[in-house]
Amino acid sequence: MVRLTLAEKLATVRFTPDPEPHIVVNGEICRDCTLHACVYACPADLFSLLSDGSIVFSHEQCFECGTCYVACNREGAITWRYPGGGLGVSFRDA
Amino acid sequence: MPLTYDVVVVGAGPAGSAAALTAARAGRRVLLLERAEQPGGKNVSGAAFYAPQVLEALVPEFWRHAPVERHLTRRVISFTSQESALAIDFRTARWDREPYNAFTLLRPRFDRWLAERAVETGATLLTSTVVDDLLRDDAGRVTGVRTRRPDGDIEAGVVVAADGVNAFLARRAGLRGELRPDEVSLGVKEVIALGRDAIEERFALTGDEGVTYEYVGAITGGVKGGAFLYTNRESLSVGVIAQVASLTAARVPAYELMEAFKAHPAVAPLLRGGRLVEYSAHMVPEAGLAGLSGLCGDGILVAGDAAGLCFATGLYLEGINYAIASGAAAGETAAEAAASGRTDAGALRAYERRLRRSFVLRDFRRFRRAPAFAMSEQVQHVYPGVMTALAERALASRGEPRRKLLSLARAELRRAGLPAWRVLRDLWEGGRAYGW
Repeated sequence: MVRLTLAEKLATVRFTPDPEPHIVVNGEICRDCTLHACVYACPADLFSLLSDGSIVFSHEQCFECGTCYVACNREGAITWRYPGGGLGVSFRDA
Repeated sequence: MPLTYDVVVVGAGPAGSAAALTAARAGRRVLLLERAEQPGGKNVSGAAFYAPQVLEALVPEFWRHAPVERHLTRRVISFTSQESALAIDFRTARWDREPYNAFTLLRPRFDRWLAERAVETGATLLTSTVVDDLLRDDAGRVTGVRTRRPDGDIEAGVVVAADGVNAFLARRAGLRGELRPDEVSLGVKEVIALGRDAIEERFALTGDEGVTYEYVGAITGGVKGGAFLYTNRESLSVGVIAQVASLTAARVPAYELMEAFKAHPAVAPLLRGGRLVEYSAHMVPEAGLAGLSGLCGDGILVAGDAAGLCFATGLYLEGINYAIASGAAAGETAAEAAASGRTDAGALRAYERRLRRSFVLRDFRRFRRAPAFAMSEQVQHVYPGVMTALAERALASRGEPRRKLLSLARAELRRAGLPAWRVLRDLWEGGRAYGW
């Protein structure tokens, strides 16, 4: 198989984003973080580190796995809940 | 006036549907809640489903009707270095006949089918419904759930929390603490379409026979975990499982590990000509007995991944059977409790007693040392390299005088920086984990 980019992988998944983000990142708490565990933990690469050290996050292609808040060692940096009923990722497996 | 049920089950995965089916069969009014549009829509596993007896007890000869993919007659466990793999390859015709030893599954189809069996038995299924919290009385006893629907409170005699690895309800009930990055892993998976004929030819399978490959060692880079390749009817399920603590320490995203795994010389030829159908990701509770949550509180039981009941020991990688067995035991206990009106933690402890008597907690206790051993530095990053290097040296043919095996083994252990006492200690640890 040829090497696949993450964008190609994500294009195979059905997402129906919740208009209200189910994950909220508190930039104030993140600002002096040097670990940036969320950036490496997310299987959809939804956390990006900007040059000023802040983190930007987009919830639209989220797998709802929970790895980001488990990996994060900053109390209160990531507020996480499930998206609304029937929204978010929907696996077909085929 | 809120809706009231004898038993409210949160999560229509294998644990939840088994709980709902069992409680409904006992004659109770049961509500099964699922946050996805359809059961299975949020669920990911390999998926290999072992110990079909556990489901057969609920749905006789389920494999004749259920959407199972292939029954497993072959299992390959590979120890890897960057360019080599040394495998144990077991196959038996005995697993090619009923009642079978294990099946591969595609979870969205299978979970939906199992939830339908619960509905057929009398449970009410409500999908697209997120549960955000538990309802409690003044004494703190759980009396129902709060959904995110308008006027969404639902009263319950007993709540069965089968809401999966994130276990928000068990945490709300004070039955579990925060998940730690060293007790859960992130699994990423790809379903890769490959024709039926290609699968049968390439993997030496006949009809609906299937094989699972599991890999440990350098194939996951410097990250602790493992990789797998399972055969479905007309696709492969391929994935990498990486301990969260180790993943963030290595600062490598899981999707990169996946590409490296697929490019490994032992794996790439198996995927040739395949086409990606779906990528997915999910967490796996992998700490074994040490990662179990409290199983019962006043008015609440916890089952499946939510309770940490995933048996990831390296040698055995099973979760769906433990989910179904724990769900069924929870459903039975909840039904009895709701019927008698005694739903306090003391009465609900019958659930824990059921699990202690069954294979579920006996396996978790007996193999309590295995999960940590399987995740140890030695098993992950040292011995797979020693084993493949030793195999290569023993099997290489160079027209030079050959050395005998013990001398080669000594040389390889020395090269890996392993003194004899360390090897003996690791053998002892491994023996305690799996041997006696």
